[in-house]
Amino acid sequence: MSLSFLLLAVAALCALSFYFGRQRAVALSGGRHSNLHSLPVHYGAYTAAWCGLPALFLLLIWYMFQGSVIEALIVSDLPQEVIGDSGRLSLALNSISQIAAGGGEHLTVSPEIVDAGRRLANLQTIANAALVVVMLSVALAGLVLSYRRIEADMRARNNVERISRAIMIVCSAIAILSTVGIVFSLMFETLHFFSKINPLDFLFGLEWSPQTAIRADQVASEGAFGMIPLFVGTLLITLIAMCVAVPVGLFSAIYMGEYAAPKFRAVAKPALEILAGVPTVVYGFFAALTVAPFLRDNGAILGLDVSSESALAAGLVMGIMIIPFVSSLSDDVMSQVPKSLRDGSYALGATKSETIRQVIFPAALPGIVGAVLLAVSRAIGETMIVVMAAGLAANMTVNPLQAVTTVTVQIVTLLVGDQEFDSAKTLSAFALGLVLFLVTLGLNVFALKVVQKYREKYD
Amino acid sequence: MAAVSQSAMTAEPSVEKPKMTARKLDLFYSDNQALYEVNLDIPEQQVTALIGPSGCGKSTFLRCLNRMNDTIDGVTIKGDVTLDGRDIYDKRIDVVQLRARIGMVFQKPNPFPKTIYDNVAYGPRIHGLVNSRDELDEIVMTSLERAGLLKEVKDRLQSPATGLSGGQQQRLCIARAVAVSPEVILMDEPCSALDPIATAKVEELIDELRSNYTIVIVTHSMQQAARVSQRTAFFHLGKLVEVGETDQIFTNPKDERTKGYITGRFG
Repeated sequence: MSLSFLLLAVAALCALSFYFGRQRAVALSGGRHSNLHSLPVHYGAYTAAWCGLPALFLLLIWYMFQGSVIEALIVSDLPQEVIGDSGRLSLALNSISQIAAGGGEHLTVSPEIVDAGRRLANLQTIANAALVVVMLSVALAGLVLSYRRIEADMRARNNVERISRAIMIVCSAIAILSTVGIVFSLMFETLHFFSKINPLDFLFGLEWSPQTAIRADQVASEGAFGMIPLFVGTLLITLIAMCVAVPVGLFSAIYMGEYAAPKFRAVAKPALEILAGVPTVVYGFFAALTVAPFLRDNGAILGLDVSSESALAAGLVMGIMIIPFVSSLSDDVMSQVPKSLRDGSYALGATKSETIRQVIFPAALPGIVGAVLLAVSRAIGETMIVVMAAGLAANMTVNPLQAVTTVTVQIVTLLVGDQEFDSAKTLSAFALGLVLFLVTLGLNVFALKVVQKYREKYD
Repeated sequence: MAAVSQSAMTAEPSVEKPKMTARKLDLFYSDNQALYEVNLDIPEQQVTALIGPSGCGKSTFLRCLNRMNDTIDGVTIKGDVTLDGRDIYDKRIDVVQLRARIGMVFQKPNPFPKTIYDNVAYGPRIHGLVNSRDELDEIVMTSLERAGLLKEVKDRLQSPATGLSGGQQQRLCIARAVAVSPEVILMDEPCSALDPIATAKVEELIDELRSNYTIVIVTHSMQQAARVSQRTAFFHLGKLVEVGETDQIFTNPKDERTKGYITGRFG
């Protein structure tokens, strides 16, 4: 029986136990629900939960340990000289699992290994069968036990409440733990990197050229891992993007929120938000194939030397991408400014633009700053557009007409292709990722603080 | 009785020297009519109280007087409203200038999230009433003084207005309205969000302001209307039922509905 059938069977049992639990409650109530402590559905949910959850929990534990237990059994029967040598052992285990899976005819191996392979297949079959039996019996036991516990004054409602709270705790724990896990995996690789490269050279170095020799006989540079040029490039592009996104986003938000007729707004606002739905890779080739050549050609007419991959092209397009982000967030905060403040201003004889400039905008400012900071952290982390349009040259420049490179672009190029995973070159990607993560985290925390401060104001 | 109420409808809506007048004023929110042929005169330098049960149109009428209803979508207005004999709904009237002449104080105190000083200075600044910082200072001080707030706040003019108590905030809003030197001040239930002590202060203030300004106040409290106003108008279901000297309305109402309302039989 495969896993999906097993899960289906448990689900069916749950449904059944829901029905039984509910029936029993109804029977106990003698036709009047007020005789029960809880509603009949609560008793049903209670039995269903006790039927399904322990079984699922068991399944999880089982799969965690099945592999290692079976492997230990197989290994213990192998000849001593194989167990002693870790290289031979992993080779042997590989062949054994191939044989167990029904292949391995082409392997030339000793009869012990073939035997072990058969035994592995056997053990796996037994384990799977045992799992089915154990799991279904746990489910059934849960059903029966919880069914028998049902009484008229049992607090099924409170129990169900507790169970659902536990489920939510598990879900949020998964979300938080996975974040922590990501951070830790970054951190370990970064520490590994710092054992090869001095952290000070990394943090304050002005040169970035990660090409190192892979083989001893190869001719290559020593490799320089100074992250400053990458951050300069990132900040330059972010700055250009913000110069586009903040004014355009803000003014369109003001127009949409304060001036536009409801009919126009109903059409224009979703249209603006479509921008947010365009995949970033599309923006990327728009930048690389349309905007960059346009800038280069027009720059040539003006006598400017614009390289065909420029920070300007990437920044402009990234700014366009962020416009809806800025505009819908600032529209939200401005529409939260109470109507009484507008009325107060109008009643003093202020015009619309005076009211917006002097009352609504200052009142919404903390929220708008929060929105802009969130947009900045979005721009810093943006990858696809810059990969396609900004270039790879780690130029230490603030000239927007030249090619620059960003942290995210370098991470992509470092990890794409054939790499050995313990060279400084590859590991530097993790260090860059960690620094980038810390920067955007800091910005987000700061932005949320600002937004919170704003919220307190109108409570 | 019908005859009495008919005569009350037409009886003396006009006064000798009206600052503002409304004639045959109809108002519609989209398709719902909220005011029916209201005729009312607002006498100069007196307090006129508008009373009536909730939803009777008194606040709506008040907002017609400085064209605040313009900010609401779907409102249509028929009839005339005049200020010093000029129609305020005339196309040539600039609503911005109009509202500088007719100030308004709202039900809930609504100070701007600025300093106390900037709140009062807001109106003078946008209308360019002052040429120097000193002049502005003087206007702010006089306005706060007039609103009876100066003593309490003179040491913290630069602290945020939202930190004041509710009663202080409302008096700040009055100071803010006074700072533009309006001729008329409209008040929409200015004390409904205040405690009795703050209410007493605001009422006292209204009485003092009467010597310089024409005041129209909407109130739910009949005691308040009796205490602060010289004339009272009773609205019911969008119609002006009866208007007259406050004493007369409260002691000897001509209309049965007015009588019913002020004696607490309905409303």
